[in-house]
Amino acid sequence: MGTILSIEGLRKTYSHGFVPRRAEILKGISFAVSEGEIFGYLGPNGAGKTTTIKCVLGLIFPDAGRIELCGRPPLDPRSKEKVGFLPENPYFYDYLTAREFLDFYGQLFGLASETRRARIPALLKLVDMERAADLSLRKFSRGMLQRIGLAQALINEPSLVILDEPLGGLDPIGRKEIRDVILRLRAEGKTVVLSSHILQDIEMICDRVAILVGGKILSQGCLADLVSEKILFTEIVLSGVEARELAAHGEPLSAMSGRTLLKVYDESRIQAVLDLVRDRKGTLHSLLPRTQTLEDLFVGMVRPR
Amino acid sequence: MRLKTVRVIAANTFKEAVRDRILYLLLGFAAAAILLSRVLALLTVGDRVKIIKDVGLASISIFGALMAILIGTGLVYKEIEKRTIFTLISKPLRRHEFLLGKYLGLVLTLAVMLASMGIIFLGLILVQTGALEGRLLLAILFVFFELILVTAVAILFSCFSTPILSSLFSLGFYLIGHFSWSLDALIKKAHPGLGRTLLRVAAAVLPDLEHFNVRTEVVHNLPLPGSLLLYAAGYGVVYAAFVLTLAILIFRRRDFV
Repeated sequence: MGTILSIEGLRKTYSHGFVPRRAEILKGISFAVSEGEIFGYLGPNGAGKTTTIKCVLGLIFPDAGRIELCGRPPLDPRSKEKVGFLPENPYFYDYLTAREFLDFYGQLFGLASETRRARIPALLKLVDMERAADLSLRKFSRGMLQRIGLAQALINEPSLVILDEPLGGLDPIGRKEIRDVILRLRAEGKTVVLSSHILQDIEMICDRVAILVGGKILSQGCLADLVSEKILFTEIVLSGVEARELAAHGEPLSAMSGRTLLKVYDESRIQAVLDLVRDRKGTLHSLLPRTQTLEDLFVGMVRPR
Repeated sequence: MRLKTVRVIAANTFKEAVRDRILYLLLGFAAAAILLSRVLALLTVGDRVKIIKDVGLASISIFGALMAILIGTGLVYKEIEKRTIFTLISKPLRRHEFLLGKYLGLVLTLAVMLASMGIIFLGLILVQTGALEGRLLLAILFVFFELILVTAVAILFSCFSTPILSSLFSLGFYLIGHFSWSLDALIKKAHPGLGRTLLRVAAAVLPDLEHFNVRTEVVHNLPLPGSLLLYAAGYGVVYAAFVLTLAILIFRRRDFV
């Protein structure tokens, strides 16, 4: 698989305030995205995810570093012809209807009117917005804007789709639908770069991730490689045993409705806990070994800072 | 530069402008001002038709400039502020194509608005005199040349400043442009030296929008030499091209944070 986006040593500093103060947002980041994968770009708010995307799309100019988009410099219109982009919290021309809006973006790509006429209804169907096709965008909810924004990102049938926080502001059903669209794009051979701070979304659909914290990439690679299979602790939910008796074996966390959630870090203690439950004639409700999640990895990276 | 892309942006800008209520508010005021010239003529001593023509043409010029300034100054700024520019610049669209498209879209809107004001004005004159005068159209055409320049200036300020500040700057440009001719009189009175040199520099740099004011000649049926008209049209186009080039130079290096 070839590389569709490569970034090397990207740096960006902003100056702001009446007496300009410089803030270094990107501190020399490098990563590459291969064709056909869903790449998760992960980081807390303010880490520099959107700044990176803006550099890639030519919205801002980096101070240093090299970007190659579809084998060309990012400002080359020929590279942008193959890219679709949905910004964070999208705001579009609200005086246009959904159909006019998609038609406008189709024209910017130089699509012929027959192509636009065929593609627009298909995209409206894909994002489930057929019923709002002739409604002005000023009447759209945030979720609807997100959907129509995704449709405009796909109007040119791009090879690379860059989505900045695409699931923000959507209800659970909307999030699932957008996730399904993203997975469908991968099945069609497209590459998706997905920036998010919602870890579950990334974990569910991404092939590879890069974790950005404070303008630096702290980790990147396949999810399976990054997240360890090792059992971190075991969660036991039980009742009929006093919490103080359990403290010797693990960390009793909550005692609601007479049930206690016990976190046992030492695997050899699990049998002792089970013996204690049996001796006190208590009840074991569940026993779940917890492996490392992306959230654990992420929190572990962010917290020391 | 791809003209097709510029045309797409221009068409969308036209759509945006004609769906903006402020345009119709200004058009309403302009129509009221043109029609009020009839009332004003009744209250004034002198040739009533000449007063209607003078006030009517002045109204078209002033409201045309207000339309150019109030819409033009928000045109680019709004795109950046509301972040609609993010999805545009990420498309195969060069920044200068975007800016030229915005400019041409507004120029087209102003042409339509001038035509609307012109129809009201010529209708009033027709009712008053029973004749249509081609020379009045010439005066309106020169207002259009002036607006080509004022729009370019409004877009230039819109590239780096808020609409309120840009409106003030553009209005300043418009006023200076209409009074800069008085610098010539000042230069003649000034003593030779640094003061006079500075005044000469100011006279050369500052715009002279009185080139586009042919109202007196049209209203009073004075001769209008072709060379004067050509010079004024050329002045407007060249000055506007210079201002737009400046706007493009600023806009092409701007970060959209």
